Amino acid sequence: MIDPVALFVLLLSASTPILFAALGELVVERAGVLNLGVEGMMITGALAGFAAAYHTGNPFVGFAAAALGGALIAMPFAALTQFLLSNQVASGLALTLFGLGLAALFGKPMEGVKAPAMAAGPLGLNWIVWLGLLMVPAIWWFLNRSRTGLVLRGVGENHDAAHALGYDVRRVRIAAIAFGGAMAGIGGAFISIATVLQWTEGMTAGAGWIALAIVVFSNWTAPGVLAGAWLFGGVTVLQLRLQAAGVRVPVQLLSMAPYLATIIVLVAISARQKFSRRAGTAAPGSLGQDFHALR
Amino acid sequence: MTKGTNLTDAAVFRAQGIGKSYPGVRANDDVSFSVEAGEIHALLGENGAGKSTLVKMIYGLVRPDDGEMTLNGQPHQPADPRAARAAGVAMVFQHFSLFDALTVAENIALGMENPPHRHALSARIAQVSQDFGLPLNPARRVVTLSAGERQRVEIIRCLLQNPRLLIMDEPTSVLTPQEAELLFATLRKLADGGTAILYISHKLDEIRAHCDRATILRHGRVVDSCDPRAHSARTLAAMMVGGEMRPIDRSGRRTGEVLLQVRALSQPAPTAEGTALKGVTLTLRAGEILGIGGVAGNGQDELLAALSGEVRSAPGTVLLEGADLSRLGPEGRRVAGLLAAPEDRLGHAAVPDFSLTDNTLLTAGARKGLVRKGLIDRPAARAYAADVIRAFDVRTPGPGTTAKALSGGNLQKFVIGREVMQTPRVLAVNQPTWGVDAGAAAAVRQSLLDLARSGAGVIVISQDLDELLELSDRFCALNEGRLSDPVTTEGLTLDRIGLMLGGAHGMEVAHP
Amino acid sequence: MIRLVPRTETPALLQVAIPLLAVLATMLAGGILFGVMGYDPVAAIKTIFWDPLFGPAASYSRPQLLVKAAPLILIASGLAVGFRAGIWNIGAEGQYIVGAITGAAVALAAYPAQGMWIFPAMVVAGAAGGWAWGMVPALLRNWFGASEILVSLMLVYVAQRIAAWMAFGPMKNPEGFGFPGSRNLQQYPPASNPELVAGTGAHWGVVAAAAAVLATWFLMSRHIRGFHLRAAGLAPRAARFAGVRPETLVAFCLGLSGALAGMAGLFEVAGPAGQITDKVGVGYGFTAIIVAFLGRLHPVGILLAGLLLALTYIGGELAQLTMNLPAATVQVFQGMLLFFLLGFDLLTRYRIARRITA
Repeated sequence: MIDPVALFVLLLSASTPILFAALGELVVERAGVLNLGVEGMMITGALAGFAAAYHTGNPFVGFAAAALGGALIAMPFAALTQFLLSNQVASGLALTLFGLGLAALFGKPMEGVKAPAMAAGPLGLNWIVWLGLLMVPAIWWFLNRSRTGLVLRGVGENHDAAHALGYDVRRVRIAAIAFGGAMAGIGGAFISIATVLQWTEGMTAGAGWIALAIVVFSNWTAPGVLAGAWLFGGVTVLQLRLQAAGVRVPVQLLSMAPYLATIIVLVAISARQKFSRRAGTAAPGSLGQDFHALR
Repeated sequence: MTKGTNLTDAAVFRAQGIGKSYPGVRANDDVSFSVEAGEIHALLGENGAGKSTLVKMIYGLVRPDDGEMTLNGQPHQPADPRAARAAGVAMVFQHFSLFDALTVAENIALGMENPPHRHALSARIAQVSQDFGLPLNPARRVVTLSAGERQRVEIIRCLLQNPRLLIMDEPTSVLTPQEAELLFATLRKLADGGTAILYISHKLDEIRAHCDRATILRHGRVVDSCDPRAHSARTLAAMMVGGEMRPIDRSGRRTGEVLLQVRALSQPAPTAEGTALKGVTLTLRAGEILGIGGVAGNGQDELLAALSGEVRSAPGTVLLEGADLSRLGPEGRRVAGLLAAPEDRLGHAAVPDFSLTDNTLLTAGARKGLVRKGLIDRPAARAYAADVIRAFDVRTPGPGTTAKALSGGNLQKFVIGREVMQTPRVLAVNQPTWGVDAGAAAAVRQSLLDLARSGAGVIVISQDLDELLELSDRFCALNEGRLSDPVTTEGLTLDRIGLMLGGAHGMEVAHP
Repeated sequence: MIRLVPRTETPALLQVAIPLLAVLATMLAGGILFGVMGYDPVAAIKTIFWDPLFGPAASYSRPQLLVKAAPLILIASGLAVGFRAGIWNIGAEGQYIVGAITGAAVALAAYPAQGMWIFPAMVVAGAAGGWAWGMVPALLRNWFGASEILVSLMLVYVAQRIAAWMAFGPMKNPEGFGFPGSRNLQQYPPASNPELVAGTGAHWGVVAAAAAVLATWFLMSRHIRGFHLRAAGLAPRAARFAGVRPETLVAFCLGLSGALAGMAGLFEVAGPAGQITDKVGVGYGFTAIIVAFLGRLHPVGILLAGLLLALTYIGGELAQLTMNLPAATVQVFQGMLLFFLLGFDLLTRYRIARRITA
């Protein structure tokens, strides 16, 4: 017998890294920037958070450091895309490759040590899981009800119009990129500090890319991101359960499930946006485009 | 009209010696003028005369290099548009200022400094739209609105700030004649309330009908300031262009056999914002120019794509000299003799980052033998580009120049020339003179007439009604993807055309 | 006050100068990084960039240059064609792995048969495997509009797991004493990809890489299809107007880059690697992205960039041995290189001017 409550708790835990990263990327994309560097920011957060938690013995200091690390590593991307007008796809890839390398380089001394224990929050759930769940309505409110969120959506929808009305497109976007980096960093640190409890090279294993797919799946809404993260978490947990139950399918094939599931939902949602005239896509109008104002 | 009589005291806005340079261009030079309370003041000039730069400086988007501006007697040096708005300047843009995915209320809130809470804002929008007879639903998303409705959003966004100076940048370019009349009724009402209005346009007739004064710009300088009602359109045009325009030569054309037939062409909308084509039927004869008018977004781009072959249609819908081209792509249609030039020069008709030589390869590969068995003959392409440059007087250093380095008028001459010199049987063009200077526009129009004279058929899709009246033998209107039956152009009035274009698009009359 | 002025013409010299600038900036930043980490920066840079070619152990490391450069160049040639057209295949690593598996499968199925046909058949199978893996994102994009970036990337993780499954399951060497991994193809002559000229490191993959450089150069600069690809990347609507079908382009680019990556995987598994293991993918597919950009998406540039990045691989290994520098150093270098390159790229599109004050 599998206890459904226990299963749900596992699902919440498995979905948290992706939830953070995807919520961050949601804000970035709503500001009109496509940052493919999520994986690089997550791994940076995973290392920075783990190292800080290990040295201070306080996991919460670790998460703060992860947020800072993720935001900092995103700054070269911000400079490239916002000031030097570099291609966003290529710059995001560079961020991922750079982050993976940097984390591998500085992570050597961290290999083989254990993360400090973390006190559980309400209902026995990790505090960060709670924080992630809280971020969903918070970001929804920010985007749809706050003045700053409205400006951010305006910048993402039509940067020329936002500029013409006097908004500082670059400043809004750099702030969004930093926020996305911080969220990805926290997501990465959840893996190292709260799930695996140690540092290993490349431990995010594509979670950043899955987060990018989930933003598409969400149709650029915060509740949609939660649904996507849970779907992914569910597949992961199910796959691990099947492994534990000794199903006669090779482990390697079972562990493909999250990636295949991501492709399937991506295809399903893209098809819906493509073929359903009413649904359409809610992708921000200026997503991925360069902005250069001549003054 | 008795407005603007109290000239010395009533100046709301005054510019003195304004200058602005960009690398290689003196956009504004020693520009001085003033706008009074209650006046509709026209800023008249060709494309590239410096009108946009000037109003961007008033609105804080660009900073002047020299000169001074005053607003209500106070120095006006806005650091950004917010400062300009706070000082009492509002602007309705020609393009780029609405957010499609956002609601009307959100769009308006973004244009205000301290918008009230959502519900209060919706109430105020309702109030203002009531007062000025501009109905709008605050909860609707802008993407679902017509061009006229979008403009209402912009106007209400401005009105909510109680501006002292309202700038209107080419506001009628997206409106039917009837919608334009409604707009002027609203503007007059505002002016009567004491607002100063700066009205930017190059349309002489509407300026003569509605504006109290006109300042005319040419090459960045003020060449004259006058009462437009006291001058003919012809003299205003001469002031604007700086010399008499050569009249277009329509002589020596006769229509012959049927060349192109489009039969009951229906096509779903390509995107959510696009327009579906519904049973479009037309016939084009040799030597004939068929004009297709319509307000932007009524299926012009879709019709051109269906003719060029970018979008294929059901068998039997597009026939050239009896041969069915419906299932052929652009290449096959060019070989058959059906050529096209889309509206957007940079990015559609030409690749901005390619040289002019490479841009000939985009369409002339087959008919001019520039590509054989897949292999590119660069010398031949260069020679063809040079031919087009020479024949169409394209001002450029040479075929190696990138397309984006050319001015709008010169690139348009190149694009039209590239198609015309392939001696098409039928040429379809969309907005052939959009945003180009008067000289280039005249050259493009003449080349289309000459092409028709040589026995080809020409389809001109345009939103410029004067252009259509000048060029075409017969006229059709495109409205929500439907094409009207053609009427002979001779004796056609603007009013009649306006009705063909779908009247006022459901826009309610502003009650004075 | 400095401002950016758009260029209408890019000086040819810049196209060469910018990658060199980026390499120099990377060396400088890398040196600072080493200094911070407590290594001698000059010695580290020399070990990575100089010693593999001219150092004491150069006779061993020099042949490695071609061995490492061949897959990078082969993959990057294909990727660059797609990048030019705005089609982002970033899953070449997966196509490489699948090509290695399908190619090796032919050999393992034929074992122990002898015959001249075996190796060519493996090359075809490797290319076909990579092609098929590349066609998955192509078709999903054409049919459903799914992002080829995300799908091709997800398929890397799937391919890695297939490789692991193969190494532990279906392809496990029956005479391997229970160790994971397939038979070693180097010990099965009809299926092996040997060094063609002793001491050069050149195997069939090097020949294929050279052919790929020539073929893509011809395609991109002489053939109308290459012209259409470039047009599609710069102005998609203009390409449509010229007569290009976007769907065809997507399938062509992903298929081509997939096939080349698959071939690279096969040459590697039949040659230097020798067998299918769970670590058959060593990151060439990702590094090739950097090679493509560093080579400015131009075939000749890719040739040079591939050699340079191969050098950093070998130099990194050398530095690991002699200076105890962590292996990840090379990854950081490659990431930095791409960052600097993209940054300096600004100079091709804009020139720096002082603000004019009249």
